[in-house]
Amino acid sequence: MRMLCRAVTRIFVAAAVPAALLATAPASAVTVERVVSPGGIEAWLVRDTMVPLVAIEFSFRGGAALDPEGKAGLADMTSSLLDEGAGELDSQAFQQRLADLAVELRFSAGTDTIRGSFKTLNRNRDEAVELLRDSLTAPRFDVDAVERIRQQIMVVLARRSTDPDQIAERVWWKAVFPDHPYGRPVEGTPQSIAAITVADMRQLLRERFARDQLIVGVVGDITPGELGPLLDRAFGALPATGKPVRLPEATLRAAGQTFVISQDVPQSVVQFGQPGLKRDHPDYYVGYVMNYVLGGGGFSSRLYDEVREKRGLAYSVYSYVSPMDAAAILAGGVSTENSRVGESLAVIRAEWARMRDGGVTAVELEDAKTYLTGSFPLRFTSTDSIARMLVGMQYNDLGIDYIDRRNGYIEAVTREDVARVAGSLLQPDKLTFVVVGNPQGVEATAAAPDIGG
Amino acid sequence: MTLISLGRRLVVAAFLVLTGTAVPAGAAVFNPDSFTLDNGMKVVVVSNHRAPVVTHMVWYRAGAMDEPPGRTGVAHLLEHLMFKGTEAYPDGVFSQIVARHGGRENAFTSQDYTGYFQSVAADRLELMMELESDRMTNLVFLQEDIDTERQVVLEERRSRIENDPGSRLGEQANAAMYMNHPYRNPVIGWEHEIRALTRDDLMQFYRDWYAPNNAVLVVVGDVTVDQVRPLAEKYYGRIPARELGPRIDWREPPAKAAQLVTLADPQVRQPSWSRRYHAPGYIYGATGHAYALEVLAEILGGGTTSRIYRSLVVEQKIAAGAGAWYNPSSRGPTGFGFYGSPLPGGEIAPIEAAMEAEIRKLLRDGVTADEVERAKARLQAEAVYARDSLRAPAHSLGGGLVIGMTVDDIEAWPERIGAVTVEAVNAAASTVLRNDATVTTMLLPTKEGEGL
Repeated sequence: MRMLCRAVTRIFVAAAVPAALLATAPASAVTVERVVSPGGIEAWLVRDTMVPLVAIEFSFRGGAALDPEGKAGLADMTSSLLDEGAGELDSQAFQQRLADLAVELRFSAGTDTIRGSFKTLNRNRDEAVELLRDSLTAPRFDVDAVERIRQQIMVVLARRSTDPDQIAERVWWKAVFPDHPYGRPVEGTPQSIAAITVADMRQLLRERFARDQLIVGVVGDITPGELGPLLDRAFGALPATGKPVRLPEATLRAAGQTFVISQDVPQSVVQFGQPGLKRDHPDYYVGYVMNYVLGGGGFSSRLYDEVREKRGLAYSVYSYVSPMDAAAILAGGVSTENSRVGESLAVIRAEWARMRDGGVTAVELEDAKTYLTGSFPLRFTSTDSIARMLVGMQYNDLGIDYIDRRNGYIEAVTREDVARVAGSLLQPDKLTFVVVGNPQGVEATAAAPDIGG
Repeated sequence: MTLISLGRRLVVAAFLVLTGTAVPAGAAVFNPDSFTLDNGMKVVVVSNHRAPVVTHMVWYRAGAMDEPPGRTGVAHLLEHLMFKGTEAYPDGVFSQIVARHGGRENAFTSQDYTGYFQSVAADRLELMMELESDRMTNLVFLQEDIDTERQVVLEERRSRIENDPGSRLGEQANAAMYMNHPYRNPVIGWEHEIRALTRDDLMQFYRDWYAPNNAVLVVVGDVTVDQVRPLAEKYYGRIPARELGPRIDWREPPAKAAQLVTLADPQVRQPSWSRRYHAPGYIYGATGHAYALEVLAEILGGGTTSRIYRSLVVEQKIAAGAGAWYNPSSRGPTGFGFYGSPLPGGEIAPIEAAMEAEIRKLLRDGVTADEVERAKARLQAEAVYARDSLRAPAHSLGGGLVIGMTVDDIEAWPERIGAVTVEAVNAAASTVLRNDATVTTMLLPTKEGEGL
């Protein structure tokens, strides 16, 4: 059955365990080992013998933000083609081999990385790793497969071009980052997708798919001694070095602007946001805790209480923090019947101001801490989710003992910290709003940027 | 709080479907322990000691199909109200307590059932049981809460249905699919009936169906059955069994006419086509075909190497996407479906013709032994992957038991898939796909000059 989940909680970066709250600290249940292959490839490993399988999550530094001018969507399209034929096997043969071996293999592009997910039953491990290796080092890019994937992306773009949620998101990013790659859609545009060539994709592989750009996390029923040679078989044929990632810092524009895109739908979709704190900012955790109270906390946040619980203005209302390589945002969304949009936005602005002026209460802070720390072990329930965390820890340079230390960062946040950071960071008058629909009580302050389509 | 739209795939197959190598015959899936409390509440426990956490779920055999006539949406609105409060835990403190203890929670409503769950540190299991058992019988219905939550649900309906032409078409097509069975109504309800629901409607539905003898408890995680049993007896066992509401054994009369449901909208840029055949499931109709139909759906529509994708997308190059689905996991009648969408600028007619040709070819030539073996192996491998989380066992067991399957049925799933033969697949295909009383949908762009 297709379960439609609410879009309220989007921000679980990582949390940790409060010794005070939990009898057993899950941190101690997880031992992260650093494994270096004979060929010099490093991976972080958590051994877990519960199910006879292995999950490998990996990232290459540099994502869609590095797509060349006019070729937006290159990283995404390349990712989609890596399992569409490699080595001796054409698309159908490769897919059949994956299916027969029950291998899960997926690639996806984000703004700052290209990610791979691989999962195999242990009994098929050796053959499965060959498929992983070939997808990384010998993708075929046969013309049939390339044109098929190109058409499929075009169809997705056509669908999104009239979807109010997608329009709101794309306009927001374009308005806020008009002069930076972050303003371009990861999936590209019809024009840029049409312009991408096989040569572009091969160049991307040469520049990005290199061992010095690679980060690997492994979880499953495998020993360090077994993992070493496996890493060499999977990744050893990649070139040692790639092109260094250089992305200019991005400045957020359109502060305080409201953009309205008219669409004949009964409910307006709203995206809003402002600058946030980057992952290595000394106050990152303060902002993280503050956002939980403001709008990050699922069924218990100020935005949820004020917009949904008290006024019934929306089914979904939330805020989230998103630290990226070249910028950071504190953003959110809400969807409200056209006639009440003005009211929703006023409530959100008021909550922004209340947090700026008053910070959080002692009870709110304590509740935030016990949630953010206590929910941490929920991230350790499947091999792939643990492996993703291992990649994130390496990507953000958090240290191999991060899981044990993480808790302390949350616990250390004080009311004074939140008041200080909220007072300087939150700017209700500088929020950038994008509204798609026929909203009442909302005035556009400028013409919306053109997103094509 | 979420809503499950009417079945795309079954609960078991949702987690037990991908790709594979054969599981030895007789291999079980989750190895659960199960027992029944004196009041009739079923309990299932799956131990998984990877992390010191548990998922705690209560499923009620009460969904949209159990709503009285004219009261669509009451099951779902009640699910929302379950978070509002009891005398012991008023004013939304339920969610505050769960969050304060590091728990994540949610709930969902489908045609067949309503479920509530929390994922939390294992040593908080008792607290979750105290809270969940309390709201099984002690819910307070404040008019003010009902009025606010009704607005929330109307916003939810706008988000899910009204703002999306594909969903609006799906809702209409569903009503065409079922002439008599309440599956014809959307889970979220029709707007005018959501607006008209009263406090009495909500209280009546709650009294009729929220009882231990109509519920299944599932606990998955870092616990043992010996730890769960005394807690379940203490909290859920204290609630007496009750007489349930009148349960109607809905039967769908034979469909005798093909129907076409089309929707043209300026919001549509990319046309799409679907066709749904009436089909039996695990519980309803000619249930002996269910496992063979799962294998058939895998052969026809299981990913990029399936017959339909290969034919329409890879070889003929007329579709951007195409496939088939089957959902056997429902209390009532179900469907076997096909879908496809053309390449940019393409028309629907060639998609429909190519799909019909594939179905004719299947009925004429049948499937091959190689196709059946590969499909079975892929499905069975899912059973291994399904053990690699807390969510899959909780949903497979809870969702299966609440619709009327047994633990043995769910554990025997790989074995029953393994027993499917070429002849069984061909017989199932013939039974389902020779009945032309189908529902076909077309989602179309508004033509130039129309609807402006």
